Amino acid sequence: MAKGAKLRKEKQSVAVSGESLAQQSSSQNRRWTRGFIIAVVLIYVINKFYIPVAPMQVKVAFNTWLSLTSMGEIMVFILMALGLNIVVGYAGLLDLGYVAFWALGGYVAGWLMSGFFDQVTFKFGGNPAKGLPHGIHLNVFLVLIAGGIFTAIWGVIIGAPTLRLKSDYLALVTLGFGEIIPQFMVNGENIGGFNMTNGSKGINPVDNIKIFGFEFGPFALADKFLLYAALAGMMIFLSLRLRDGRLGRAWLAIREDELAASMMGVPLMRTKLASYAVGATAGGVGGVAFATLIGGVYAERFNFQISIIILSMVVLGGMGNVWGVMLGATLLAWINNTGLVQIGKIFNAATGMNVDFPSFNFLIFGVLLVLMMLFRREGFIPEARVRLIMHEDEFADVSNVTDQIKLEGHHHHESH
Amino acid sequence: MSLTNKPVLDAQNISVVFGGLVAVNDVSFAIPEGSIVSLIGPNGAGKTTFFNVLTGLYQPTSGQVIFDDKDITGLSPNKIAAGGVARTFQNIRLFGMMTAQENVMVAMHSHMKAGVFATTFKTKKQRQEESEARDFAQELLDFVGVGETTHEYARNLSYGDQRRLEVARALALRPKVLLLDEPTAGMNPNESAQFVEFVHRLRSERAVSILLIEHDMSVVMQVSERITVLDQGEKIAEGSPTEIKNNPRVIEAYLGKSGSEASQNVN
Repeated sequence: MAKGAKLRKEKQSVAVSGESLAQQSSSQNRRWTRGFIIAVVLIYVINKFYIPVAPMQVKVAFNTWLSLTSMGEIMVFILMALGLNIVVGYAGLLDLGYVAFWALGGYVAGWLMSGFFDQVTFKFGGNPAKGLPHGIHLNVFLVLIAGGIFTAIWGVIIGAPTLRLKSDYLALVTLGFGEIIPQFMVNGENIGGFNMTNGSKGINPVDNIKIFGFEFGPFALADKFLLYAALAGMMIFLSLRLRDGRLGRAWLAIREDELAASMMGVPLMRTKLASYAVGATAGGVGGVAFATLIGGVYAERFNFQISIIILSMVVLGGMGNVWGVMLGATLLAWINNTGLVQIGKIFNAATGMNVDFPSFNFLIFGVLLVLMMLFRREGFIPEARVRLIMHEDEFADVSNVTDQIKLEGHHHHESH
Repeated sequence: MSLTNKPVLDAQNISVVFGGLVAVNDVSFAIPEGSIVSLIGPNGAGKTTFFNVLTGLYQPTSGQVIFDDKDITGLSPNKIAAGGVARTFQNIRLFGMMTAQENVMVAMHSHMKAGVFATTFKTKKQRQEESEARDFAQELLDFVGVGETTHEYARNLSYGDQRRLEVARALALRPKVLLLDEPTAGMNPNESAQFVEFVHRLRSERAVSILLIEHDMSVVMQVSERITVLDQGEKIAEGSPTEIKNNPRVIEAYLGKSGSEASQNVN
């Protein structure tokens, strides 16, 4: 009976979504948008105004479990996961080399807002560190835009030949690009005598952010967090808007049936390239943001694991659903940068063992994904349509149940 | 009479060879403007292959397809579709996880303009374009008779409604020619009879020329102004329904040699 009730409730929600998908999703969007803004403002206010005057224990607790660096990183990962969601979740193109765009964005920050190219001295709204006037120093907004454009162009360059391939082959080739570009960065310290990437030493320091004459020093983490949250917020907005427009529909159509889509006048290459370029742009902006967050660019950080982590965020959260992906990104980014370390410490202290938890991150992600596939294949917050397809058999049962209920109701009427 | 009109779609000497197999052999075929014509033939006759050449899915090994006085041979399917040759599928190929309205709006893609920027910022133009598209989608859904399913997922529609939705989606391309691939497959006799009426309404109200591939002979005979018969990749007959009905080669192709003798004996 309880199961029947639950199923009926689910059926109801499906019926509602069928009746007015647009209305339902817009009220969901409003709720989540409000939640996101409240969370961001709370984190900012608490860290900016309360933590400096808080008792020591509170300070320590916040710094261990909810440090601002990790919060900023979460925002950057939300931005990137949503970018990948446009490629994987919306258009259905499996991209295993997303880290390439993150790397490219990072190096744009390294090139355009640091003292790295000390052959030249160029400053435009930038913020060179004291005593190091050489190099290119652009304003952070310009660098974010440049990073986005640069990676969009690379998205098209990489996408044009690869997006002709079908599913598995596309995954393999993108995997290849995801390896090639970071490798190039590692080995790019001597390109015909020109040091382009400073090899494995990386480029650092990247300039502190300075906006409207207000400098975000290394300790202005709360302000930086607000900037990254704004970027993530913009990406949420972009994702929601695109989903409901001409391009979003074409992406979904391609995800469902490429051939039928092309027969309905959707140009496959152009439309796929558009999704790839938008995804790449988000990756690039994320790269710039991350470089400013950690104050440098390091080639080793751009490894294959990152592609997989970001993909896991998309799958875990619920492919195609903006809020699910946001939640997936939040959870995995936090586990990766804080949770594992801290839980490891507690575990080791309690047991007297010396287990290096962070090195097991992939074991844990793997287990998480397997559990998800077993118990909630559609992700935390699936797109309504995905949930429908994954629980088709249950819904079929329910429609029988409701038919029966209707029938019973009918009998009642007759007896009266 | 529409058959004397000049052809809106004209396939000339089409051959398609897959490896050693000649799937279509030197077939010429025209759809006069405003007409309803059919392509029939036993299984494996090359009907669908020919269809796929017209819609750009296959390149013909030789021959030309002229649409609206332009050579469209070898153009990509989406260009041909956007140009005004729309089709439905033998085994329904709707976007099941999208609503009926979204399905129809996908087919308006090539007639719409909004890009990433306009969509993100909902420019005035984009909003106007979207609302026009929604209205047109509703008009088409009403026209085919599934107007109350606007926000239903396509996969939840009944079989007959899915067939209708496919037609609505094809009409969203604002086509000059509509190719229907076995549209009555799976329909009961009653539905098939309604379908005949529907095809006539399509032509008169949406101003399209129609090509049918069909197995149901009663539908074909009732609805077509001209019938072309393919067998083993070759055109074996062409003419009015009455001519085709009495053509010995056609009877032979469908019933075999002795069958055709038998039917002649009956006559």
